[in-house]
Amino acid sequence: MRRARSWLPGLLLVSPSIVAIGVFVYGMLGWNFRLAMTDQHDEVSEGEFVGLKNFVDLWDVPRWHVSVDHAVMFTVVFVLGALLLGWFLAFLMEKGIRGEGTFRAVYLFPMAVSFVATGIVWRWLMNSGTGERAVGLNRLFDVIGLPQWQWFRDPDWGMAAMAIPAIWQMSGYVMALFLAGFRGVPEELREAARVDGCTEWGVYRHVVLPLLRPVTLSALIILGHISLKVFDLIVAVSGKQIVTDVPAVFMWVAVFDAHDPAKGATIASYIVLSVAVFVIPYLVWSVRKERRS
Amino acid sequence: MAGVLGLAACGGSGGGGGQAAQSSAATGGGKQQVEVFSWWTGPGEADGLQAMKKIFEERNPNYTFFDAAVAGGSGDKAKALLQSKLQADTPPDTFQGHAGAELQGYIKAGDLEDLTFLYDELKLKDVFPAQLVDQISVQGKIYSVPVNIHRSNVLWFNPKVLKEAGVAAAPTTIEEFVADLEKVKAKGKIPLSVGSEWTVTHLLENVLLGTLGTDAYNALFKPGADWNSPQVAKALENFKTILSYAGDPQDDWQPAAKQVADGQAAFTIMGDWAYGYFHNPPEGGLGKKSKEDFDWAPAPGTGGTYLWLSDSFTLPKGAKNRDGAIAWLKVAASKEGQDAFNPKKGSIPARKDADQSLYTDYLADALKDWSSDKLAGSIQHGVSVSQPWLAAINEAVGLFIAGKDVAALQKALAVAAQANAQ
Amino acid sequence: MTAVVTRRAGAATWVRFGLLLAFVVVFLIPIYVLLATSFKPLTEADPGQAWNLPRTWTGEAWRVAWEKLSPGLWNSVLLAVPGALLSCALGSMNGYVLSKWRFPGADVLFTLFLFGMFIPYQGVMIPLVQLLVKLNEWTGLQGVFYGGIPGLVLAHVVYGIPICTLIFRNYYVTIPDELVEASRVDGAGMLRTYWSVVLPVSAPAFAVVIIWQFTSLWNDFLFAVFLTSPTSWPATVMLNNIAGAQATPYSQQMAAAVLASIPTMLIYVLLGRFFMRGLMAGALKG
Repeated sequence: MRRARSWLPGLLLVSPSIVAIGVFVYGMLGWNFRLAMTDQHDEVSEGEFVGLKNFVDLWDVPRWHVSVDHAVMFTVVFVLGALLLGWFLAFLMEKGIRGEGTFRAVYLFPMAVSFVATGIVWRWLMNSGTGERAVGLNRLFDVIGLPQWQWFRDPDWGMAAMAIPAIWQMSGYVMALFLAGFRGVPEELREAARVDGCTEWGVYRHVVLPLLRPVTLSALIILGHISLKVFDLIVAVSGKQIVTDVPAVFMWVAVFDAHDPAKGATIASYIVLSVAVFVIPYLVWSVRKERRS
Repeated sequence: MAGVLGLAACGGSGGGGGQAAQSSAATGGGKQQVEVFSWWTGPGEADGLQAMKKIFEERNPNYTFFDAAVAGGSGDKAKALLQSKLQADTPPDTFQGHAGAELQGYIKAGDLEDLTFLYDELKLKDVFPAQLVDQISVQGKIYSVPVNIHRSNVLWFNPKVLKEAGVAAAPTTIEEFVADLEKVKAKGKIPLSVGSEWTVTHLLENVLLGTLGTDAYNALFKPGADWNSPQVAKALENFKTILSYAGDPQDDWQPAAKQVADGQAAFTIMGDWAYGYFHNPPEGGLGKKSKEDFDWAPAPGTGGTYLWLSDSFTLPKGAKNRDGAIAWLKVAASKEGQDAFNPKKGSIPARKDADQSLYTDYLADALKDWSSDKLAGSIQHGVSVSQPWLAAINEAVGLFIAGKDVAALQKALAVAAQANAQ
Repeated sequence: MTAVVTRRAGAATWVRFGLLLAFVVVFLIPIYVLLATSFKPLTEADPGQAWNLPRTWTGEAWRVAWEKLSPGLWNSVLLAVPGALLSCALGSMNGYVLSKWRFPGADVLFTLFLFGMFIPYQGVMIPLVQLLVKLNEWTGLQGVFYGGIPGLVLAHVVYGIPICTLIFRNYYVTIPDELVEASRVDGAGMLRTYWSVVLPVSAPAFAVVIIWQFTSLWNDFLFAVFLTSPTSWPATVMLNNIAGAQATPYSQQMAAAVLASIPTMLIYVLLGRFFMRGLMAGALKG
């Protein structure tokens, strides 16, 4: 450990951020958890401490189960979909291709557009009319002979459809991450493997993929936390309907429609906790790994 | 700042209303903003607001109207934003809310001023229908000024599709309605078009009223009301039957209404804001001919009853420009203001003394019924149930759409009523 | 943009090219619908005709959209430019300190910072509004923190600290420690070293942060609608008022949607190459 004189300036430089994060992140989190442990179920009452009662009670609410199921399905489809599509696009471009810049720009640009802007289009595209009433994608599918769907209004698989706009938006970013990862693999390593008699696929499996693990992990984390917090997209495309309910939307309804602050805070706590469960191990792991190297 | 305080003191002493505010503001110098918070940004509604703004600024040369409208399905986003403003004690000078139980939360939280003084000063109890005043009073006090009346229980239909299906006239009872839906279904058209989940709650309130009758319906919202009764069970069975004829849910009520206008669907049950959408030229309408391309009747079983809702303005406690807000409320309550707003918005005035010649076609019918019908308060649009209650009902309906479980729906509705009726 | 033709040109390349092209078409479907509809007269703008090109082309919707949106666009510039730059400044300094000028507990602090990324913002909107109102009162600056753009910038910058710090830190880790040490040995202090050694090579990381923050500031609706007042509304709130109303001038909505997205797209085009380099630098570090 160096002497204080050498590290103090650094701490000073970071201190505004420490204060800001302390207040805006941890202050708010503290406020939220405290509220979640009271019985303040309207805006007027003071609210007594009730411990974890709200956290237990929430599991008796049928809608909570629906929204959790939806969130799980959305997360699985969105994370896997964006990861696979992003990887595949990067894989196609890895060795360089004519017009790469243009391709990259097109795949990346959905990130630039907000769902306030594209919500209407996705509503049109994923219209559930079929047959002669088909519009949007169903009309297109009708013409090219693909089956037609209920899209996000399907009671069982709707959330999988809801992941489509999210995949559209984020797979470009994943593509960029993977492409950067591919390009970061030193050519000497590949060459060495080839000299050792590896096939192209072998090189890929034994050299490139292992080196991509950290990229995959950070993409996973970014996608995962976006997915658990997903709100804008769902509200823009479907509104606050039960058929596409997720905890983040349920929380909004609890706070602003049902005027039940404690319930809203409880749901928010669950969202934070669920994110924390897989983020904290990652953070600890990556910091430790770095220290070792 | 001193000018505002001076004005507030002046307004508090009662007296000459708009005139007094004018002269005192003139001495104070400078124009004062009046922040009017609403969710009217669409064609028609925004035009109506502008028309009222014009009158307001003519009458009050010292005030400027400051439009703080935020759009989003029936004021969802606006209401959330409003909630944050009220809790931070920075209310707008006046805000829009559905008259009735929707305002209960604000009243309980002490966010709203009692407007009885304004009603007395302007003798509003004489110009608004007694039933209306009664249904929006809370323990003898009134907290908002209704600027219009909408009707929820309207059955919109496509006459050509009905004719094709062999339906001679609009159904007047639930049984007839179901029989007609069946006939349309046999012809391969959509019997009943629906939109997103709130439109199904809208349908539910109409089926409840149509099955139970006006008095039993109104009794549902009194403390201790029995939502577990066999009558409610029957209404919910009807609801299930009717819903089984519904087409694929559309994005919102407009695409559902459009299916009727385009002849894809026969019926839709929607509030009378649909009239403007059917009738107005493009830029917010479909430009259809009334009675020919589309027609209307009271929702089945609800003839003689006006299932009403009303947009109203309030006076929040701690408003920066209280006097300006009162001046706005006076315009909103006035005959001139309501007659400027309503023909554009596609609703009828809450006042009984409106200029009838301004209201034609559907609105003429509505005006006639409004003066003679019994009144029942809408659920989805904030008259009969508070916001938490409505949230619980919408949740129950949303789950019902997926599961179609009548018993579960009735249980959830009963629990919601027990928790919220007061 | 250089076209690199691979060693093993031939069938495989054409297959890859074809696949990429197919994905381009898929990615552009929503944009096609947006653009096509925005040039239609109101009578044609309808989901049923989403795939058709306009029968009559008109710029009318664009004119109306511009009229309604333009006051908000300038507010968005006032919001997004300072916001993105401030985020860069903070992120860069934090990243520098946390990678090159560590103090005891720096790693724990970094982890605590990162956790800030994961807050669901809708859940803290009410206390956040109250906090900013209090800031107005304490500082006596009415309409600045709550009701004005500065408060909105503050909220975005603060909630952006985690991601910006992460990006800069991961980037700076790739700068050899020896460079910093050498500067130190020469007697340069922390800030001098930052200024003369670290900052000059930071362009790619700046590009990533600018893109990320500019996009989220520009596109944000939730903070904007809660924290500002109508005179300081950015474009997304105006866009919501056009696109979110219970009415259907679809062509105007879509023209407004495209209009509101142009600045972010420009940023992507302008900074695209730096963006890739910035990602690349941090990529294999995780």
